[in-house]
Amino acid sequence: MSTTEEPRHRAAQEATEPAGPESGAESGARKRRPRRSFLPYGMILPAAALELLIHIVPMILGIYIAFTSLTQLTIRNWTSAPFVGLENFVQGLDPGGALGSDLFQSLFRTTVYTALVVGLSWALGMAAAVSLNTRFRGRGVLRTLFLVPYALPVYVAAIIWAFMFNQRDGMINRLLVQDLGLVDDRPFWLIGENAFWVLVIVSVWRLWPFAFLMLLAALQSIPEDMYEAAAIDGASTWKRFTRITLPMVRSANAVVLLVMGLWTFNEFNIPFLLFGDTSPDSARLISPFIYEHSFVNWNFGLGAAMSVLLLIALIIASAVYVRLVLPKGRGND
Amino acid sequence: MVVKIPAKAVVSASTALGLVAALTACGSGEESGDQTLTYWASNQGASVEEDKKVLKPTLDRFTEETGIEVELEVIPWSELYNRILTAVSSGDGPDVLNIGNTWAASLQETGAFVPYEGADLEAVGGEGRFVETSFATGGVEGEPPTSVPLYGLSYALFYNPTMFEEAGIEEPPSTWEEFIDTAEKLTKDTDGDGQPDQYGVALEAGSERQNSHFAHILAQQYGGKLWSDGPNFASPEVVDAVKLRLDMMAEHGVVDPSNAEFSDGTQSIADFVDGKAAMMMMQGSARTTLASRDFDNYEIAQVPMLDPLPGKPIQSHAAGINISVFNDTDNKEGALQLVEHLTSPEEQVYLSQEFQTLPVAVDAYDNEELQGEQMQTFRTILTEHASPMPLIPEEGQMETVLGESIAGLFADAATGSEVTKADIRKALKEAETQMDAAN
Repeated sequence: MSTTEEPRHRAAQEATEPAGPESGAESGARKRRPRRSFLPYGMILPAAALELLIHIVPMILGIYIAFTSLTQLTIRNWTSAPFVGLENFVQGLDPGGALGSDLFQSLFRTTVYTALVVGLSWALGMAAAVSLNTRFRGRGVLRTLFLVPYALPVYVAAIIWAFMFNQRDGMINRLLVQDLGLVDDRPFWLIGENAFWVLVIVSVWRLWPFAFLMLLAALQSIPEDMYEAAAIDGASTWKRFTRITLPMVRSANAVVLLVMGLWTFNEFNIPFLLFGDTSPDSARLISPFIYEHSFVNWNFGLGAAMSVLLLIALIIASAVYVRLVLPKGRGND
Repeated sequence: MVVKIPAKAVVSASTALGLVAALTACGSGEESGDQTLTYWASNQGASVEEDKKVLKPTLDRFTEETGIEVELEVIPWSELYNRILTAVSSGDGPDVLNIGNTWAASLQETGAFVPYEGADLEAVGGEGRFVETSFATGGVEGEPPTSVPLYGLSYALFYNPTMFEEAGIEEPPSTWEEFIDTAEKLTKDTDGDGQPDQYGVALEAGSERQNSHFAHILAQQYGGKLWSDGPNFASPEVVDAVKLRLDMMAEHGVVDPSNAEFSDGTQSIADFVDGKAAMMMMQGSARTTLASRDFDNYEIAQVPMLDPLPGKPIQSHAAGINISVFNDTDNKEGALQLVEHLTSPEEQVYLSQEFQTLPVAVDAYDNEELQGEQMQTFRTILTEHASPMPLIPEEGQMETVLGESIAGLFADAATGSEVTKADIRKALKEAETQMDAAN
C-alpha cells in the first residue's frame, strides 16, 4: 500500500520545488501568489461548508445534548432542555448503578466481540490472500467469490442470516438436527446465550473479505524475487511467511487492524437487523445499547453522554494504537 | 490549456451551495395552505396502499362537505413515533395525525398538540360522542386530553372451532384454569414423531408490547397494577400475572417454545392459520391479517379470567388509535372539522368495517351492519372489561423495559432453564431499577 506513497511524495516535492528554467520566473510567481492562494480556498469552501453541516455541527450538538436532560418530553423546545451538567456522565459511569453496570458489561462484551471478529477476520483474510497470491487456474473466480459477502448490502445479508438462524424453520437447525443429526433439540440462536456467537459468525462473514482485499493488495507489492531467494536458501513456507510476508505487510496490517477494530467496535447494523430494536442480553453491544437509550427509551441526553464516552474511549485507544503499532516515519513496505 | 475561473465566481457559487445545503438541512417541509390539511394516518390495514384506498372515499366526502382538501400520508407503525417526535422537535408537522393511544400521555407532555377542551372539544362532537373507556385514553387523568379516540381495539380469544370439535371441546374456556385444561387437550403430536406439532395456544412471547399488555391485564385480574407513583413491576400481583402467562410455555407446555422468537405481531397469527396452534389472544385488527390469508375458520370469545377473581374483571387494555391536532397548524378550525368528520358515527361505521376495528362513537353501534356476534364480543370487552394502560409520560419506555424483561424470561424458559417465581421477581425488579435509572 504505502509503496506508492513514496514516489507520489517525491513527485509532489519535485512539483513544489522550483527547478531549472522556471526558477528564473520567481518574481513573477510572487506577484501571482495572492490570486493563487484565494482560489483553492474558494474551491474547498463547498466541501468545508458541507463537512461542517453534516459532521461537525451535529457532533458539537451531540456533545451539548450530553449535558442536558433531553427526553421526548422536552424535545419540543430542545434548545432549552434543562442543563444537567455531568449528571448523565456520572449515571453512565457509575458501576454500582443499573445503567453504569449495564454500560460496563456492554463495553466488556463489545471488546471481546471486537477481538474475536477482528482476529478471525484477519486470520481468514490473510490465509485467503496468501493462498490466492500465487498464480493458478480459477484464481480470478475465487477472488471474486471471496468478495461477495463484502459486496452484498449488509441489510439483505443480515436478514437472510436471521432467517437461517430461525429456531423452528431455519436452515442451520435443519442442517444440524435433521440432515446431520448432530443435536436432538433445535437450539435457539437469536435469543439466549447463542445470540453472541451468531453475532460473531455473521460479523466475521461480513468483514473478512475486507481484510482479504487489503492484504492481497499489500502482498502484491512484495517482490517475487525475495521469495525465490528465500526458497533457494532453503526457507520453509512458514519461515517465508513469518520472515518475509508478515514484516513486508506490517504497515498494511496495522491500518487494516485499526480500521476493522473501529468499525467492529461501533457495529450497529448487524445486531439491529438480527435482533431488532433490543438485542438479547448476551449480545448487547455498545452501539445498540446507546441506540436503545436514545431511540427506544427516548432519553437523548443519556444516549448522547454515552456516545461521547464511547468517542473518548475510541480516540484514546486509537491514539495508543497508532503510537505503539503504526510504523514511525515512512517505511518502504 | 488552463481555464481561469474567477475566484469571486467560485466563492459566490460555493456560498450559494452552502446556503442551499443549509436550507435543505433545516428542512421546511411542505407548506400547508389554509384550505389544505396535511393528515398523517397510521397503517391499519394490510398495507400502506390499501389504507390509502380505504381513506380516500372518506376524505373525499370531507372535501365535499367543507371544501378543504386533505393531503394524506399513511405512515407504517415502525416509523410513526419517530416521525411524530421529529415533527414535535422541528415544529413542522402535519395538521392532524393518528397516534397509538398508549402514547397519548407522553405526547401530551410535549405540549405539541391542541388540548380538547371547551369549544374545541365540542367542535369534535363533545365527550358524549365517544365510548367512555376509549375516551379515557386521551391523556393524563385530570387534564384536558390532547387526543380523542379514532379506532377502538381490544384483545379477544381467537379459537379454531374445528380443532375444538376434534378434541371434544364444546365451549371456549372462560377461566384460566379451563384455558390451561383446554390448551393441554389441544396440544398434540399429530405425526407421531414424539414431538407436539399442534399446540394449544400461540403467543407473541418475544413482543415487548404484548408482554406488557398482558402483564397489565392479568395484574389487574390479580388486583394489582403496573404503576403507582412509579414502576410496580415486582409486586406480587404483577409477578403472578407474568408467571401465569409464562407457565403456559414453561410448566404446561401448551405453547411451542419457538414462540419465544415471535415478536412482530404476525407470527402467532401465522401459526394459528397454519394449524400449529388452536388458540391465540390478539386484538381485533388481527382479523385483517386473517382475511388477507383467506382464513375464516375461527371464532371469537372473551379473554379468560381468574376464578375466584381477586381483582378487576379486565380482559384487555383499552387499545386503539387516537387522533390529535398539531398546535402549529395554520388551520385549527379545519383540523378540528376533520377530526369531527372521521369520528362521526357514519364514518365510524365505514372505517370500522374496513379496518376491522371497533367504532369509538357510541351511536355507531346502533348501525345494523355492526350487529354481528364478533362485533358484540369485542364491544363487550372494550366497553365493560377494558382499562387503559397506565396514563403516564413514561408509558412507551415502560412497555419496552417491562416487555423486554418478560421476553427474556420466555427466552430462558424456551432454552430449557427453569424459571422460578424468584427468578421472575428478580427480573422484574431489575426492570424497575432500569426504569428508575433512566428517569
